[in-house]
Amino acid sequence: MGFNHKHLIDLREYTADEISLILDTAERFRAVNERRIKKVPTLKGYTVVNMFNEPSTRTRSSFEIAEKRLSCDSLNFSGSGSSVEKGESLHDTVHTLCSYKIDAIVVRDRHAGVPQKIADISGVTVIDAGDGKHLHPTQALLDLYTIRQKYGHIDGLQVGIVGDISHSRVCGSLIPALKIMGAEVTVIAPQTLLPARPEVLGVDHVSSKFDEVLPQLDVVYMLRIQQERLEGAPFPTLREYNMLYGLSKDREHLMKPEAIICHPGPINRGIELDDYMADHPTRSKILDQVYAGVLVRMAALYLLLGGAEDGITA
Amino acid sequence: MSETNAKVVCMDAAEIERSLTRIAHQILESNKGLKNVALVGIVTRGDLLAKRLVQKLEQIEGVKVPLGKLDISFYRDDFATYFSPEVHSTEIPFDIDGKTIVLIDDILFTGRTIRAALDALMDIGRPACVQLAVLVDRGHRQLPIRPDYVGKNLPSSLDESVRLFLEEVDGETAVEVMRIQAGQRAGSAPLNR
Amino acid sequence: MELLLKGAHVIDPQVALDDITDIRVVDGKIAEVGKNLEPVSSSAKVRDLTGKILTPGLVDLHVHLRDPGLEQKESIATGTAAAAHGGFTAVCCMPNTKPITDNALAVEYIQSVAQQVGKCRVHVSGACTQGEKGEALSEMGDMVAHGAVAFTDDGRGVQDSGMMRRVMDYAVQFDKVVMSHCQDEGLVGKGQVNEGVVSTRLGLAPWPAEGEELQIARDIALSRLTGCALQIQHMSTRRGIEMVRAAKAEGLKVTCEATPHHMFLTEDDIQDDYNTNLKVNPPLRTKEDAQALIEAVADGTVDVIVTDHAPHIKFEKDREFEIAPFGMIGLETSFALVYTHLVKPGIISWQRLVELMAINPRAVLRVEEVAIRPGSTADLSVFDTSIEWTVTEESFVSKAKNSGFLGHTLTGKPTDVFVGGRATMEEGVVCE
Repeated sequence: MGFNHKHLIDLREYTADEISLILDTAERFRAVNERRIKKVPTLKGYTVVNMFNEPSTRTRSSFEIAEKRLSCDSLNFSGSGSSVEKGESLHDTVHTLCSYKIDAIVVRDRHAGVPQKIADISGVTVIDAGDGKHLHPTQALLDLYTIRQKYGHIDGLQVGIVGDISHSRVCGSLIPALKIMGAEVTVIAPQTLLPARPEVLGVDHVSSKFDEVLPQLDVVYMLRIQQERLEGAPFPTLREYNMLYGLSKDREHLMKPEAIICHPGPINRGIELDDYMADHPTRSKILDQVYAGVLVRMAALYLLLGGAEDGITA
Repeated sequence: MSETNAKVVCMDAAEIERSLTRIAHQILESNKGLKNVALVGIVTRGDLLAKRLVQKLEQIEGVKVPLGKLDISFYRDDFATYFSPEVHSTEIPFDIDGKTIVLIDDILFTGRTIRAALDALMDIGRPACVQLAVLVDRGHRQLPIRPDYVGKNLPSSLDESVRLFLEEVDGETAVEVMRIQAGQRAGSAPLNR
Repeated sequence: MELLLKGAHVIDPQVALDDITDIRVVDGKIAEVGKNLEPVSSSAKVRDLTGKILTPGLVDLHVHLRDPGLEQKESIATGTAAAAHGGFTAVCCMPNTKPITDNALAVEYIQSVAQQVGKCRVHVSGACTQGEKGEALSEMGDMVAHGAVAFTDDGRGVQDSGMMRRVMDYAVQFDKVVMSHCQDEGLVGKGQVNEGVVSTRLGLAPWPAEGEELQIARDIALSRLTGCALQIQHMSTRRGIEMVRAAKAEGLKVTCEATPHHMFLTEDDIQDDYNTNLKVNPPLRTKEDAQALIEAVADGTVDVIVTDHAPHIKFEKDREFEIAPFGMIGLETSFALVYTHLVKPGIISWQRLVELMAINPRAVLRVEEVAIRPGSTADLSVFDTSIEWTVTEESFVSKAKNSGFLGHTLTGKPTDVFVGGRATMEEGVVCE
């Protein structure tokens, strides 16, 4: 099978087979990550810039580990304290970075559309590590990996996503990706946390009745309440949010016996999840997701950079 | 098919079978038995040959040696120019530390595959010794690599491709030589031809 | 000084003219209109305009000249040159300059610079509140005394309803129009694009149609309450149009304007490349909204076509969508867009184009009317409708290139413009 993508930005440009290939490749890297020497020389001599124009410890660490385990050299270029903050334009910053003869840029930015702009400007491979309220494809891939790991497949699963849908770049990638893979997606949120047209993302059902939907779900995906990003409070108190949309022990009886809990992290304990659910030994897949993050990011780098000089001859 | 593409069968199924039997005996002889010996085949056809060799060794000696397969795609030195996203896997379900590992490959050519396989193996553990068995040695080495067991020496030209086909995946067993067409690689045959 | 314009097809519904005829201009005024005119004086300049269309000079009553204070984007010299290049004989400039044009001194500055370097007439609108802050009335009376023709806080909506009422109550005494930029900041917030498909797809903060419509409804009510003439600026939504239609039926002094970009572009044009030239205020809306605007232009609900010409430097637009400034330029594509998309396919007549772009803007601004009859000021625009051209950055005389129509192929181009009988553009080239 061929893989003809240069960038990982919008998963809607990927087919189900291509997404499966990324997940299968991630599975190959699982074996590498479980050895004593968790490193392969595949990307030796490649240079990847982690351009994080917005603070993000988790995603950046995950990319860094993925890059190190592929033996590529990586440069962390953070927007704060750098030229970006001094008012340098995106164009100039990208051209400067490209003058170092780099092979890929992993970009996180608080503004939507920046990864595509960088792809257009730079000509190198671009991986979107989260842009504004738009997309976050590697998060979606690690979620798919985790779900597939549990159920062996994704098609036909009932996935419920609970929380701040409108401000979530995770949703921008995860919902379309789940649809490509054949899952059925319900979003559960008050209308103050919904985008204008959820169906544009591919959402099948919209509900504000968590207790009514919960019994049907195979995957309960709890979003983080991003307090730092909410313009005007969309609910009166965290207490009331927790009452209506929090997943806590007293809701467990409504869940399918096999249903799993995912969360993109970091968790607000006591708001969207209580300790019991967050640490549930069988249901909570939150740490599996973190691990999967390294695997899918290795897979993405490997597949995107492979054969880059000649195009792919499979 | 034009004449330049004409292929020549250099080893038929019976000849391959005989070579494998001989290699099995040589492995036994040179290691004075099978103590501490394990076979690791390089995907995508070395692993299948390794499987056959394990059976042969069991027939001869009554001992089933550990069998593993090694995917070298993460260790290739031509990642930038040649890349196959095919999904293979490394499965070595035993500890290789201190073992005598016999690496099995189908066609030995430049030696680069073996270089990659050695690196891959070293990242997995620390074998006491590594030996190399190949079904065909077609020459043209680019690295100082020498096989310990060879089924057949087959001098070839650089514009020829030498490929092994196996019943299990290809529906027939044979080693064939053919001229390389433009854009084609001299490396292994794709599965399911 | 005699100028004889020969052979053009002259269209002016004010005098029921739609025929090939000659025009004699003497000392900046039309002296004679008729067939086969011959020069009277030996020094007469004769221009053969055979095959071209001539109309009363076009006026764009919604233009940002950016001068004073933001001359890196545009200046009175370059903005008026762009206007001439677009076939306009006059523009009305908006007061959101730096500092805000909210006093007589600023009005005088613009008029005096325009007098010296302008390539078209410049009518000045003043801010209706001090500093466009929406808190205290500006000195409208003093500005009127120094030549301001209209009042607006364009770029912002006046948020407080009581303040807007005071503006309109106070403006009545000057018989000037209050032009309203309708934007409820509470609803719009940091909105970037139309709320709906595009905001969801691109993850950009949504700007609901209601954020505009609420203030349209409010300002119509205030016009009813105060009796003040109201021009709703850059209409973009179907329900907004319906409200204006109802206000007109009721006999209120309410008029409105539409831009080519709100008619001929929609939110669907904003693709994954986040083209910041399509970031405008109010935002590009849906196909249905654009269609409603076109129908309203045809049926008379929309009085004036304006450009909201909003120049920005390339590097300002060449950045992240969310931090790029709003606005696109329009002076040099306006005529061709209206001709290509409305006149050529028969949606409106040439007469209606002249109403929308020449007659009505003067009426809204209460400035001297221009008609193709003896005695009228000779502000005239001439067009060649046989020219097909593609919009490129090189097409523009404006300092700025931020057009949302780059790459579009259009029909028709202004070729000659006369302001008070003086050529400001000849055969497509702006006169020095």
